[in-house]
Amino acid sequence: MIPGEFEYYAPTSVQEAVSLLQQHGEDAKVLAGGHSLIPLLKLRLASPPVLVDIGRIQELKGIRRQNGAVTIGALATHADIEFSEDLRGVFPLMHDTATVIGDPMVRNLGTFGGALAHADPAGDWPAVALALNATMRLTGPNGERTVAADDFFVDLLTSAVEPGEVLTAVEIPVPQGKYGTSYQKFSHPASGYAVVGVAALVQMGADGACQDCRVAITGAGPKATRATATEDALKGQQLTEELIAQAAEQAGNGMDFLGDIFASESYRAHLVKVFTKRALLGAMQAAQ
Amino acid sequence: MATHPITLTVNGSQRQGQVEPRRLLVHYLRDELGLTGTHIGCETSQCGACTVILNGQAVKSCTVFAVQADGGQVMTIEGLAQDGQLHPIQEGFWEEHGLQCGFCTPGMILSTYDLLLKNPDPSEQEIRHALHGNLCRCTGYQHIVKSVQYAANKMKGAPAVAD
Repeated sequence: MIPGEFEYYAPTSVQEAVSLLQQHGEDAKVLAGGHSLIPLLKLRLASPPVLVDIGRIQELKGIRRQNGAVTIGALATHADIEFSEDLRGVFPLMHDTATVIGDPMVRNLGTFGGALAHADPAGDWPAVALALNATMRLTGPNGERTVAADDFFVDLLTSAVEPGEVLTAVEIPVPQGKYGTSYQKFSHPASGYAVVGVAALVQMGADGACQDCRVAITGAGPKATRATATEDALKGQQLTEELIAQAAEQAGNGMDFLGDIFASESYRAHLVKVFTKRALLGAMQAAQ
Repeated sequence: MATHPITLTVNGSQRQGQVEPRRLLVHYLRDELGLTGTHIGCETSQCGACTVILNGQAVKSCTVFAVQADGGQVMTIEGLAQDGQLHPIQEGFWEEHGLQCGFCTPGMILSTYDLLLKNPDPSEQEIRHALHGNLCRCTGYQHIVKSVQYAANKMKGAPAVAD
């Protein structure tokens, strides 16, 4: 399978990438790790006339921890995250999520930023970014801007990255005090993509009650979505298995579900509740 | 369509070429450099037959453009044996019957190479996890896992192999 023809540029700075994107407008597509885009090009489901390969931009690489936050460069690969001991210490679910993405070779090249910008409805990172209250940093012709994860996933395969913009980094605040995280996924047995994936963050107050929690669902609908009714049912409460099971029943309320030959809409709706419960139990245990 | 000059170090030798940007690394290796040990299986980033080592890590060369690899170091299955001496991973596949038809073998071996660089003493579960992206339709994987265990044992304490 050979992709259609395209012009290729390999800028070495974000500024250069942005001006190339501006120059080529709608014709241009950003190439990062290529593990979503190249398969689409080979199947000729996409044929952009211009590719701007940001893979050589050093400033987009690396994972840093500073000032109570973790900053993950858009070009950090899934493997970089999987093998970052520092990150694993702060957010064990980042490691756990990375290990269930694709396979080792895919993780060696596929990028965190690329997966978020691509906004695949069955991608794993969108749920994690929502649960961890991440902030996306974008650079475009008008300079830098930030977008909260809550506003970043717009629709099926559509993120808030505008044409001409590059996602440069993702900032994740490290919660104070006791907290736990978990990502639970029902993988498609052949593709490995999430049929349903649920990420949860639980923060405990000094009184042992749930001070805050965030739960996000991927795979089930056209875009990753928070389970706010579930979150509201748990905030301020002393968490028990029973309470979590009750709250998880509200996960997916009001959501649009996707259905396919493998998992119907109603099956996905059921899985959302089951995996929300598992993710919350995992996060609660990790917080203790 | 404009072509781009690329320079790769392949199995230790510098190779220069002129490629269309849409040229996939696997096609460049096989069709231009004649390194047909890198196989094309599914062409959809799933089977792992096209696995090569790029800049020290295993990648699926059907999902990388040759221009993306410009300036990089590539090792294919042809680069593994030194002076006619099988690499311990190759020896493991030989000794433990880690192949039947052999189509997946170059990819299996190079994924194993990546694994043993990162984890010289993997458990059986870690071996299976590391080979998750390589499909074998003959052996049922049991002998492949044994081959990797053979290689890991042989390589323990041995000096690291250069790319």
